[in-house]
Amino acid sequence: MKLAKKTSLAVTGFFVAAIFLIPYIRMLITALTPANEVFEIPANYLPTSFDFSNFFTVWDSGPVARYILNTVIIAGAATLVVLIVAVPAAYYLARFRFKGRGLVLLLVLATQMFAPTSMVIGIYREFVALGLVNTYLALILVNAAFNLAFSVWILTGFFSGIPEEIEEAAMLDGCSRFNVLRRITLPLALPGLLTAIIFTFIAAWNEFVIALTLTSSPDVRPLTVGITGFIGLYETQWHYIFAVSLVAIIPVVILFISIEKWLVSGLTAGSIK
Amino acid sequence: MKKLLAGPVPWLTPMLVLIFGVVLWPVFEMIRTSTLEISGSGKEKGFVGLENYRELFENSNLAGAFARTIFWVVVVVVITMLLSLFLAQLLNTEFPGRRYVRWALIVPWASSLIMTATSFRWMLDGYYGILNRVLLDLGLIDDAVEWLGSASTSFPWLIVVAIFVSLPFTTFVMIAGLQTIPGDLYEAARVDGARPVKTYFSITLPLLVTSISVATVINLINVFNQFPIIWVMTGGGPGYDTDTTTTLMYKLAFRSQEIGQSAALSVLNFAVILIFVYIYLRATGFTKQKQD
Repeated sequence: MKLAKKTSLAVTGFFVAAIFLIPYIRMLITALTPANEVFEIPANYLPTSFDFSNFFTVWDSGPVARYILNTVIIAGAATLVVLIVAVPAAYYLARFRFKGRGLVLLLVLATQMFAPTSMVIGIYREFVALGLVNTYLALILVNAAFNLAFSVWILTGFFSGIPEEIEEAAMLDGCSRFNVLRRITLPLALPGLLTAIIFTFIAAWNEFVIALTLTSSPDVRPLTVGITGFIGLYETQWHYIFAVSLVAIIPVVILFISIEKWLVSGLTAGSIK
Repeated sequence: MKKLLAGPVPWLTPMLVLIFGVVLWPVFEMIRTSTLEISGSGKEKGFVGLENYRELFENSNLAGAFARTIFWVVVVVVITMLLSLFLAQLLNTEFPGRRYVRWALIVPWASSLIMTATSFRWMLDGYYGILNRVLLDLGLIDDAVEWLGSASTSFPWLIVVAIFVSLPFTTFVMIAGLQTIPGDLYEAARVDGARPVKTYFSITLPLLVTSISVATVINLINVFNQFPIIWVMTGGGPGYDTDTTTTLMYKLAFRSQEIGQSAALSVLNFAVILIFVYIYLRATGFTKQKQD
């Protein structure tokens, strides 16, 4: 009986996993299809042979490498900005009770709930006024600002969990508050830091609407917007689109799995422990 | 130096600058733009009061997009919540390979929505798509169907894809909720001879209320704001047949150059989000907590 139950659960689990992987399996099959077999009517389940050359020739089919470089620059810089801004703020929010603290927390929570999509007109008008349209800086700032909340929540939680006595002991020995943070608290909060870094990086990596609106040339355009440019009315090069997509998806999936444990508490702003 | 580091100012200022400069300024700018006449090239031509709102309400595409948005949000969120309760129950039970099923569930969550939606668009292609091949082989259709060619078939598929990408996050929130329920409660129910269905409705569901309400509101906001899926799969088309108020707002500004009308619609969309945020704050108990 017990074995039968376990088996039926495992079979159900296998089907669930298969359903969630369908679009990515189809991506992989298409990326491995020789160019002359992509457009078959009706479609074939598998190509006659797997062709790995798409993963090499795709780099010459357009400014793909440039798009990826732009994505790395934007996501990397946005992550750095979030760290520089969120670490001190989260530390202070975790350690001190002060007037207006509730208001600050409310403001942080609001930024998490306000997706940039709903205010894209305002963002566009602001960056036109600032003369920053089609620059890395605009995309870095927007990605940093709208992903700040997650890091602040996660880090506040981690800092609160580190006993104050440890810090007080170090301060008695003459360490400044800043040095305590740098030498003692941050290393102890390392899992929180890694979660904040990975989450922000992936969110910026996948961002689309703002990049679509604020970029007008391939020089600064990230991959998400770049690949939509490959989808045309005639002869879309699907095998290339999906080869690049997989290159972009696989590393972030692995990173995401590594922070699975902390994701929910960060995204629900600590309302669920 | 010591004095300077004492107050909240140096610790919090960078964060507040970023929030005010990049999150709140656009809100102000959006509201201001909704009261201006703006030329197609983006030049401000002066204050027009509520004129943009009047034009927006006379826009023949608004009513359809509005009705579709309500349908879209309600159907996607309700089905997502129901399926995620089932998935969470499954993934909270021990079985061989469970870890890998959880990993598979993370894939759509971590992946770019653009890329996931592009794959669906390709699978649904009327000529070269694998879906038609499968359905033809199973004898479920006699001729290839152009799934994304008209709203009657493309809109249901947009809903399917939106549910597909919403499920992972929602399921993980539910799993986290299930894990907070103490095991001895189930033990007590078992000793009392309660059947599994009764246990689920009298113990599990009531204790999941916070998780359910938090996940529901976050999903309401995300689904209402959903843009990439619709943009990649149908572009809101044909015409405006699959637009929600979010994609219509975008098309008004960046396709029809009706920046004033678009800003007016943004303000209305944003008001809806504010209502959701208020509900969220209530659901998480934020407004009741003592924050200082």
